[in-house]
Amino acid sequence: MNDEGLSLIVQNIVSLLFPLTLIFAFYIIIFGHVTPGGGFQGGAVGASAVVMLIVAFGAKKIHGKMSHDNMSIFESTGALIFILTGLIGLIVASTFLSNFLVGEPLFGEIPPWGSNPGILNSGGILPILNIAVGMKVIAGLSAIVLLMALTMEGKKK
Amino acid sequence: MIYNLPFYAVIIIIAIGLYVIAFKRNLIKIAMGITIIQSGVNLFLITLGYRKDGLAPIYTHLPSQTSIPEGMVLPVPQALTLTSIVIGVAVLALILSFIMALYREYGTLDTYKMRRLKE
Amino acid sequence: MIETLVTHAPILIIAAPLLVAFILPLIDKVSKKGRNILVLCAVVFTLVLVIILYQDVIENGMRIYTLGGENAHVALPSGYHVPVRITLVIDALSIFMVLISSLISFVGLLYSFAHVKGEGTGKFYTLFLLMLVGMLGMEMTGDLFNLFVFLEILSISSAALISFYIRKGQPIEASIKFIIISSLAALFVLFATGLLYGEYNLLNMGALANEINSQTGGLTLLSQLAFILLLASFALKAGSAPMHMWLPDSYGEAPGAISMFLVAGTQASLYALLRVCFTIYNTAIDASIIGGLLIILGLVSIFIGVTMALIQIDIKRLIGYAAVAEVGYIFLAVGVGFFELAQGELSAYGLKALQGGIFHIFNDVLDIGLLFLVTGAVIYMTKETNLNKLGGLARSMKYSSFFFLIGLVAVAGLPPLNGFASKILIYEAIYKVSPLLSIIAILASIFMLAIFVKIFYSVFMGPKLSSLSDISEAPKLMLASMAILSGIMIFFGLFPGYIVDNLVTPAVNALVDNFTYITTIMGGI
Repeated sequence: MNDEGLSLIVQNIVSLLFPLTLIFAFYIIIFGHVTPGGGFQGGAVGASAVVMLIVAFGAKKIHGKMSHDNMSIFESTGALIFILTGLIGLIVASTFLSNFLVGEPLFGEIPPWGSNPGILNSGGILPILNIAVGMKVIAGLSAIVLLMALTMEGKKK
Repeated sequence: MIYNLPFYAVIIIIAIGLYVIAFKRNLIKIAMGITIIQSGVNLFLITLGYRKDGLAPIYTHLPSQTSIPEGMVLPVPQALTLTSIVIGVAVLALILSFIMALYREYGTLDTYKMRRLKE
Repeated sequence: MIETLVTHAPILIIAAPLLVAFILPLIDKVSKKGRNILVLCAVVFTLVLVIILYQDVIENGMRIYTLGGENAHVALPSGYHVPVRITLVIDALSIFMVLISSLISFVGLLYSFAHVKGEGTGKFYTLFLLMLVGMLGMEMTGDLFNLFVFLEILSISSAALISFYIRKGQPIEASIKFIIISSLAALFVLFATGLLYGEYNLLNMGALANEINSQTGGLTLLSQLAFILLLASFALKAGSAPMHMWLPDSYGEAPGAISMFLVAGTQASLYALLRVCFTIYNTAIDASIIGGLLIILGLVSIFIGVTMALIQIDIKRLIGYAAVAEVGYIFLAVGVGFFELAQGELSAYGLKALQGGIFHIFNDVLDIGLLFLVTGAVIYMTKETNLNKLGGLARSMKYSSFFFLIGLVAVAGLPPLNGFASKILIYEAIYKVSPLLSIIAILASIFMLAIFVKIFYSVFMGPKLSSLSDISEAPKLMLASMAILSGIMIFFGLFPGYIVDNLVTPAVNALVDNFTYITTIMGGI
């Protein structure tokens, strides 16, 4: 691929599709405890959105806007949220990663037994863990592809 | 008999993957062989959980006549497969990075030509 | 306060290095000294927690920890018949291996502070802590799938650390061989886990042991196939011949302290092999055949390791082949112990063989680790790895040659160091099975003495070479880490009875007695 990416038509279509794909990824992540999906699946869709940008616009331009150092910070934040949620479960309730949000107003509603139209507000700490894993996966996978594309374009990293 | 077909497919896929790792010289083909074996093992884990005429183990908008939990497939092998897919992605990214670094050092992808650590 | 700390110690041992490993990229941008202090604090915190937990396990017996349950000590929630949560199980053998891993990580970290410089050291420490987490997780877990996940974490971070310095492309070749072979072994472990899950609908090791040992009429074909896959994969990861090909490459090309840390990593796989053989499938398989197989694997490892080490000219690769021979000793001792388990009651020398084997696990990593540290210091100061180009270094590197002498005496199994203590137990115990095994083991020790005296003479003795005239002593932190290892080795050598009574014998009793393991997890059925 040359330095400026692909042609003008592709760049315009990708500019329109990128927000839609990212919103779809956030939907899969946040509804992980109700419908199929969750942290890794939504993160993979989000990473494919960023990879679409890299292929269309060229790796150097994307590296100028979001470098892999910033993505490393984003990724570490996601992992820290996961472990800190577990440790808060240790301090507040009984053991590591115990579900201490059941009954609280945030994500704490208890759904009825059997078939139900999915309730977003339930699940305890599971949506928080899903969001943390989703952040980590989007940042991690797109950083991997960005570094590989930069190396093959001749820039030593 | 037809319900055993995925297990035969698993054996064939793992055999093809082992053949590729053992007998091919190009490094990219060896990486593809690892991916083929991972796909075979993932298929095996998913197939373990199947129950006859079972639905997805999700309570949202479940048809009201299904018996819980006998009418659903097992959810635990699905979690095992998901973890295995994630680990497979990480290993594949690592192997491809090593292949890129080796290509930059030696200029070739043939394993017979780039062996330096012998005996 | 101490009581809650001891209750939650199993998960804090794993969570503290993991938390610091993810904070490090954020702190690395701010200050370098803060990063070094934070890593040191994490490793020292883990070591202190391990020692506190050790006292508790020796006094009070086994301990379990369920993640996410109401009560940390109960594996079965109320009304259930199988354990349903992720459990961490600490018995005397687990805490023995965890002590080895955390001690070696502390010594390796001190060494790496002096060895690793340049702009990528933040990533080095992150990978180092992730490798430590993988090892600790493998040694403390209570179910088979968790074992697979931590095995993959250990393999991926080890592969990235081996090729941390791209010298001329050789570390990358070693690294790619390592990751392909490790990934293949881990996939077959996952396949065997899937087979056992399909057969018994259980993943927890205690529950599986209960089902397999109480099954009448022998094991099914699928369970036996799962056992063979698990045995072969873990023997490959532990480095026994004829699957040892990756070991000299990886140990020989890794930088400085990572070779020593890799030895501790392969011993985590050896621990997993012991768990599968002794705890899950105790007497349900034909233990005389499997014991004989382990004895043959041990003999082939000893023979191949010692003879291939005679012809090497690269120092680190030579010590790698010596490491293969040392793993062969452990397989020999464990094979004799398992063989005796098949005859019903473990008579006196079956237990002694297992004591020698488990003690030799600790001594192996200490001896081979010290030798790797000294050769790492020599390579760091002279930038040469070829034996033909080194010589006469004892004048300039006095302390390093003294530590190499200690490591040499220990590896060869001479008194008064720790190698003699464990090897005499192994020689005595395997003599009763067949005198030929004992003769081969003693001959291999003599060969190892010859090999290492050759290295010592050609590297440290002799006239000073003109190309090496301006070499000074290794940095103080490297000498401090070598001194810690030597001190522990001398202490083990002078008081072996104390170590065998307090550290090794509880571990061996926990290994052969899987009834206590099962009843603690299943809650007294």
